Amino acid sequence: MGVDDDPRSTLVVRAVGARELLHAVTLLGGPTGAVWTRVGGDALDLALLASAARSRSGTRRTRVLTALGVVGGITAVDLYAAARTRRMQHGRGRPGPLELQASVTVNRSPEDVYAFWRSLENLPRFMLHLQTVEDLGGGRSRWRANAPLRRRSVGWEAEITSEEPGRRLAWKSLPGADVDNAGTVHFGPTPDGRGTEVKVVLHYDVPGGRVGRAVARLLGENPVQQVRDDLRRFKQVMETGDVVRTEALPEGTDARHQVLQRPGRALKGGVR
Amino acid sequence: MKAVCFEGPTKVGVHDVPDPQILNDRDAIVRVTSTAICGSDLHLYDGYVPMVEPGDIFGHEFMGEVVELGPAVTNLRVGDRVVVPFPIACGGCRSCERGLWSLCENSNPNAGLAEKLMGHSPAGLFGYSHLLGGYPGGQAEYVRVPFADVGPMRIDDDLTDEQVLFLTDVFPTGYMAAEMCGIEPGDVVAVWGAGPVGQFAAASARLLGASEVIVVDRVPERLAMAEEKAGATTVNFEETNVLLELRELTAGRGPDHCIEAVGMEAHGDFTAVHAYDKAKQLMKLQTERPQAIREAILACGNGGTVSMVGVYGGMVDKFPLGSVMNRSLTIRTGQTHVHRYLRPLLEHIRNGDIDPTYIISHRMPLTEAPEAYDMFKHKNDECTKVVLTP
Ligand SMILES: NC(=O)c1ccc[n+]([C@@H]2O[C@H](COP(=O)([O-])OP(=O)(O)OC[C@H]3O[C@@H](n4cnc5c(N)ncnc54)[C@H](O)[C@@H]3O)[C@@H](O)[C@H]2O)c1
Ligand SMILES: [Zn+2]
Ligand SMILES: [Zn+2]
Repeated sequence: MGVDDDPRSTLVVRAVGARELLHAVTLLGGPTGAVWTRVGGDALDLALLASAARSRSGTRRTRVLTALGVVGGITAVDLYAAARTRRMQHGRGRPGPLELQASVTVNRSPEDVYAFWRSLENLPRFMLHLQTVEDLGGGRSRWRANAPLRRRSVGWEAEITSEEPGRRLAWKSLPGADVDNAGTVHFGPTPDGRGTEVKVVLHYDVPGGRVGRAVARLLGENPVQQVRDDLRRFKQVMETGDVVRTEALPEGTDARHQVLQRPGRALKGGVR
Repeated sequence: MKAVCFEGPTKVGVHDVPDPQILNDRDAIVRVTSTAICGSDLHLYDGYVPMVEPGDIFGHEFMGEVVELGPAVTNLRVGDRVVVPFPIACGGCRSCERGLWSLCENSNPNAGLAEKLMGHSPAGLFGYSHLLGGYPGGQAEYVRVPFADVGPMRIDDDLTDEQVLFLTDVFPTGYMAAEMCGIEPGDVVAVWGAGPVGQFAAASARLLGASEVIVVDRVPERLAMAEEKAGATTVNFEETNVLLELRELTAGRGPDHCIEAVGMEAHGDFTAVHAYDKAKQLMKLQTERPQAIREAILACGNGGTVSMVGVYGGMVDKFPLGSVMNRSLTIRTGQTHVHRYLRPLLEHIRNGDIDPTYIISHRMPLTEAPEAYDMFKHKNDECTKVVLTP
């Protein structure tokens, strides 16, 4: 397309290719908002081509300029698609009910897995956004979660609404919570009877206004992925005794830090 | 400490980086005494494996001395000499219990990303991209070994580093490649690639009773090694048409089993197909150059096994699926479940059934890693395997 293959151009072309592959993956499997990453990519292409055009002349320049026109057209289409997806979206980041579901298989008996979860103080060991859960007795508990806004944490009290050891545990927040929420965990044996299938359903009634925005921020770009990561850490704790940490992710599995990772080497001054 | 770090495609440097620390109670810190460069490292080095970041420490074939232990590791002591399998495995999940160690369900903290690309996530590996965990590798003075109570095997002092170092990867990999074929007496086994993995695949095929072994490559000294050490018939893919030659060698049947030990950077016959593969790979439109696996499939006799241990990272094009389906071929593959093979293969070494040191061509200090990578990539100076000492 008029860009020659000096080493720098080759690198750039490779990087652009890699980015397109990433788009494909996120668009196929990722959140709908990912369409916007395409628009960002287009902007980048336009900028790259513009700089290529500036440093070239003659037919080369004409060809780069033609490419620029074509990419400009594609950008318009992507922008349109992104705007449409935005309009079609409901729920996330908006006030209203939000339901999240995820499941995991744990290589321990339903009794063990249930017992660990029923000791609610264990939850912050694998649920990244929780700071503490305190058992107040009589089925009541006090929960405290990180809120990214001005170091304000969100708290609420909850009560267990039903419990069947080894099978099911359900709770719901008590009146007065910043965010009304409820959760149910189902525990069942795997078909081969050697492990436990854990299914979690969480309900949030996301309010409007400032608190609502804080909650939306807390739940992140991809709340289902966060619940899945929580369950992955839950499995790690049940099967290996701890959350698995690496130099790149010292806190363990965490979707928010997966895309931009530190290099795989120890950190200066340590991480703990 | 000093460590071999990725800088960018075909560039590694020896950097001063912070020493590793215990992060989990089941970790150990190992002072590396010997480490090797693998064909798998070349895929990282050349920039074909997704999610390798500048600054990442390479190396998954290493051994050394335990210098620090997390409080939960009770089966090792400081001072123990250990070899460390390249897959990281917890020992407690269902996959580990079934002996599928390279599929450990807990060791990849980036499993969510791997699932997006591959459907489900395999185990974390040392020094092998963030997609597979982002763990610092062992081409360094020190390395953190997670689940140290499960992976490392203690080695007695009568065996040298070089005798046991390849238990970490290439010997078990070659062995598993042959084992996956289900070899029976009378079988003919063909191996693509005469690198360290192919060498051990050929030797293991013999150990497991193959009647004939054929090795395909283009590097003369590697072919000569396969001939000498595994009694292989050799085929040079640059001098002959491999498919025709294998037909001739088996009177038209094709080999009973085909082992692919080349991976995603196969060299081709410089036809249009190869140019197409290379171009698509460079543009990242496909992650592989699948020349050798295509050929292994087409060459394999009806009803045979194609055992693929060459590494692939993502998507592939122009794959002869019809040949696999219509001719009842079985494809078996995987990152090696190294833990399974440590003790049995150590026995083979002790018994003198095999001396794995024959693949070593170069011994160099860790600080010369950049030269070593370049030499191993280009197979210069008859390089078959480099052992680095920190
Ligand atoms: N499955 C596993 O767990 C595992 C473990 C280790 C290595 N590997 C993989 O095994 C492969 C080989 O590793 P290695 O250390 O022996 O690497 P290597 O680079 O030393 O050897 C590869 C050999 O393949 C030859 N080759 C290239 N194109 C060929 C073709 N079209 N036909 C036949 N031969 C061809 C090369 O000349 C070279 O000798 C790599 O892909 C590596 O990533 C897999
Ligand atoms: Zn290796
Ligand atoms: Zn495991």
